[in-house]
Amino acid sequence: MHEHDVLVIGGGGAGLRAAIAANEEGADVAIVTKLHPVRSHTGAAEGGINAALREGDDWELHAYDTMKGSDYLGDAPAIETLAQDSPEETIQLENWGMPFSREDDGRVSQRPFGGLSFARTTYAGAETGHHMLHTMYEQVVKRGIQVYDEWYVSNLAVTDHDDPAERECHGVVAYDIKTGQVEGFKARNGVILATGGTGQVYDHTTNAVANTGDGAAMAYRAGVPLEDMEFVQFHPTTLPSTGVLISEGVRGEGGILYNSEGERFMFEYGYANNDGELASRDVVSRAELTEVNSGRGVEDEYVYLDMRHLGEERITDRLENILHLARDFEGVDGLEEPMPVKPGQHYEMGGIETDENGETLIDGLYAAGECACVSVHGSNRLGGNALPELIVFGARAGRHAAGADLGEAEITKGKTSEIEEEDGLETPVEPGAVETSDEDAVADGGAAVADPDETVRNTIERERTRIEELMEKDDGIQHAELRADLQKSMTENVNVFRNEEGLKQALEDIQEVRESYQDAYVNDPSRTFNTDLIHTIETRNLIDLAEAITLGALARDEFRGAHWRQAHQERKDDEWLKHTMLSWNDGSPELWYKPVILDGENKTYEPKERSY
Amino acid sequence: MSTQVPEEKEQTETEQEVNAESVSHGDRRRADRDAKREQSVSGAPAEIEGETFELKVFRYDPEVEGKMEPRFDDFAIPKQKGMTVLDALIYARDRYDTTLTFRHSCRQAVCGSDALFINGRQRLGCQTQISDLDAPVRVEPLPHQDVVKDLVVDMEHFYDQMHAVEPFFQPDEESDGDLEEYRQTRENREKIKMSTRCIWCGACMSSCNVAAGDNQYLGPAAINKAYRFAMDEREGENMKEHRMNVLDQEHGVWRCQTQFSCTNVCPKDIPLTEHIQEMKREAVKQNLKFW
Ligand SMILES: Cc1cc2nc3c(=O)[nH]c(=O)nc-3n(C[C@H](O)[C@H](O)[C@H](O)COP(=O)(O)OP(=O)(O)OC[C@H]3O[C@@H](n4cnc5c(N)ncnc54)[C@H](O)[C@@H]3O)c2cc1C
Ligand code: SF4
Ligand code: FES
Repeated sequence: MHEHDVLVIGGGGAGLRAAIAANEEGADVAIVTKLHPVRSHTGAAEGGINAALREGDDWELHAYDTMKGSDYLGDAPAIETLAQDSPEETIQLENWGMPFSREDDGRVSQRPFGGLSFARTTYAGAETGHHMLHTMYEQVVKRGIQVYDEWYVSNLAVTDHDDPAERECHGVVAYDIKTGQVEGFKARNGVILATGGTGQVYDHTTNAVANTGDGAAMAYRAGVPLEDMEFVQFHPTTLPSTGVLISEGVRGEGGILYNSEGERFMFEYGYANNDGELASRDVVSRAELTEVNSGRGVEDEYVYLDMRHLGEERITDRLENILHLARDFEGVDGLEEPMPVKPGQHYEMGGIETDENGETLIDGLYAAGECACVSVHGSNRLGGNALPELIVFGARAGRHAAGADLGEAEITKGKTSEIEEEDGLETPVEPGAVETSDEDAVADGGAAVADPDETVRNTIERERTRIEELMEKDDGIQHAELRADLQKSMTENVNVFRNEEGLKQALEDIQEVRESYQDAYVNDPSRTFNTDLIHTIETRNLIDLAEAITLGALARDEFRGAHWRQAHQERKDDEWLKHTMLSWNDGSPELWYKPVILDGENKTYEPKERSY
Repeated sequence: MSTQVPEEKEQTETEQEVNAESVSHGDRRRADRDAKREQSVSGAPAEIEGETFELKVFRYDPEVEGKMEPRFDDFAIPKQKGMTVLDALIYARDRYDTTLTFRHSCRQAVCGSDALFINGRQRLGCQTQISDLDAPVRVEPLPHQDVVKDLVVDMEHFYDQMHAVEPFFQPDEESDGDLEEYRQTRENREKIKMSTRCIWCGACMSSCNVAAGDNQYLGPAAINKAYRFAMDEREGENMKEHRMNVLDQEHGVWRCQTQFSCTNVCPKDIPLTEHIQEMKREAVKQNLKFW
């Protein structure tokens, strides 16, 4: 059994930042990650990091834009923390050598981004995430922080108290991908989940193949609520054949969207009156699909994004990477032709419920980054707000787990007196675990109130058995098929446009995949680098998350941010200024709601109509 | 231990025809689902009617009896518009043989995990269009690296070399904190820009004859990483001297024989050879010793 003060699961932006912070706080910290850190998906981020750095801008404006962008579903204490800490965290990256794009005076450049009232998106070409990831990894190397790379964390070692709020997390169990060994990792102080997004729930996504939401699914099954999962961001400009992202930076620099008739539809059809192409992502995604559905799409599938008029010099200076992406992945020369684009899954705004200090309901368990929901994005994330989230909340989680006092959090966790139960959501099938004998359905890590070592040891045993079982079966269904069925149903039914019938269909499909998963088997008998096994375990996580997204989407009968419902074309503030919460409850998902916090440090954010 | 010996590989090569039928598992549930799937359209890219191509893939697994001897498997892959080598590998794995093993993640040339030896050249699988290659498309693990399994190679040595050059920013003075940037001129940023693009894919190292013969040679990626910092105007003279000491040693810059193979294969178009040459010139300027 390996033992450290703090264990960080995941080596993307959030994980690296958390590890550095814990190290600076004096903790013995280790990173356990299924990909080598530099392979993490943070490296794909293109556009930039929002930070109020310049005169004329300040954190309050950033907070206001974010609250508005979130369609008033973000929690003010989280949003204000993001806006307040981001400048310092961004400059910290600069001080660590991150190669930002520069102004004539040598300071870092900033550019306009959708939904922002000030050009506060700090960037490094169109490859901001790559530089951020590598810069932080360099600091990890510098500090000699231990990295267990290509180790797949398959479960959390959590005690089995009946009340999830009394459970404690003492570590994790991980599988050494290179050798097939299952081993325990004990955390003396805390485990920080930084496992990233859930893009693989859909078949057209900007996300990496590794983005299977493992951390969120593990925390959920251990008893931590998932928050606001129905809010899935679809990015309006992805390449049709692969889902590769064309950064919002293109529109920030002045790129224009056209339909098949050559019309600049954002203005001509009035989807956004002031900001046009730079309206918020949900607005632009719906506009594109409405164009396509009205017969004004190209090949009935996509629209055009044109940047030719920006001129070669500006494009190569600021968007060079986009030229490569368009050429390599779509065979289009962005200097000569407009680029085909359509909406694709991009970001999961919901996730593991945490407070501003990164803490979850379970003692000793933290989460940060895309897998978490401290609720800075609410129902719609503004471009350039995820990267600051990684560093701001990654650092806070790292510090707190290492023992620093960050003060009392304002955001509550779990069920308090303020919550509201859902009564009577009709679902076509009983969601959740198929059989209660499924060991995964229960949340315990072993004996109640046992000592930490024993909790970890028991979890190791369970994981060994689970893996043995998957490996021993020699016939059944393979993950690829199950995953494809799941993705297909989610794409058809729980996409940008949603209706009750489709959502119910999705729940049925998901349950069917869940049942089939009982027959899942691993074809590859090898212990060495068994990706067949890993993908099979991941697929189980995707099933639970797809269900969480769909249940939330069915419950929320209003139109807010990225969540559009056909029969409910308005934001219902009277009823829905609340977060959708989902608890696994030993295998049976339970829905409840907690109020949104609109009270900030100096003011209360009044919900207003969002217009761009 | 090096399991990959290219010459041997050729000799032990056994061609196996794998097709969809041979791996189907007659399960009732599955049959139901297949029938359903037929009825609906999927979001997958359009297959080009009737056209397939041959994908030859290197196979090896130290643990599995039938795979302990390296061999090549053939897969018939339906051509799709815009299909990349990575797409073809995923197709082969998901439809024909789920034991086929390779690293991949981002599908967009940024994670650096799918550098492979494709038709005799180091390339990223995800960045290489099938339509740009001659059939059959032959995929092997990166040469000169130990093979773990199928297309997966051991990257430890590559990481060690990267770590050996102190790959982190060490500016002259500490920043004053408080939102103070270390200012950098646009020209200087431009100068180091290409060097910062490395995604640690290992293609360059694998293509380098010198690295293949000298295990201690730092190699193009690590020297490029050192270049990124040595040329950054914000690291001071002392630091630069320290960096040049690291590079100006027996297995450092002087090993490079200017063959350009690294530069030719780098998927991020980093002018590696040029950067190595520049480091040699810097070393001379610093009046340090030759090897
Ligand atoms: C194409 C693209 C462009 C984007 N552009 C921007 C932008 O310009 N600005 C912005 O603000 N945001 C952007 N985003 C969003 C932002 O990049 C992501 O939200 C963010 O990078 C996620 O970081 P993370 O650290 O949470 O996760 P990731 O970087 O995905 O890291 C997850 C880590 O967890 C590890 N892991 C996962 N599961 C396990 C497991 N079971 N066991 C062990 N380890 C595990 C992985 O190995 C990985 O190291 C973009 C996103 C995409 C996809
Ligand atoms: S220098 Fe180029 S080829 Fe070498 S590791 Fe970096 S990206 Fe790959
Ligand atoms: S899959 Fe990431 S570089 Fe090819």
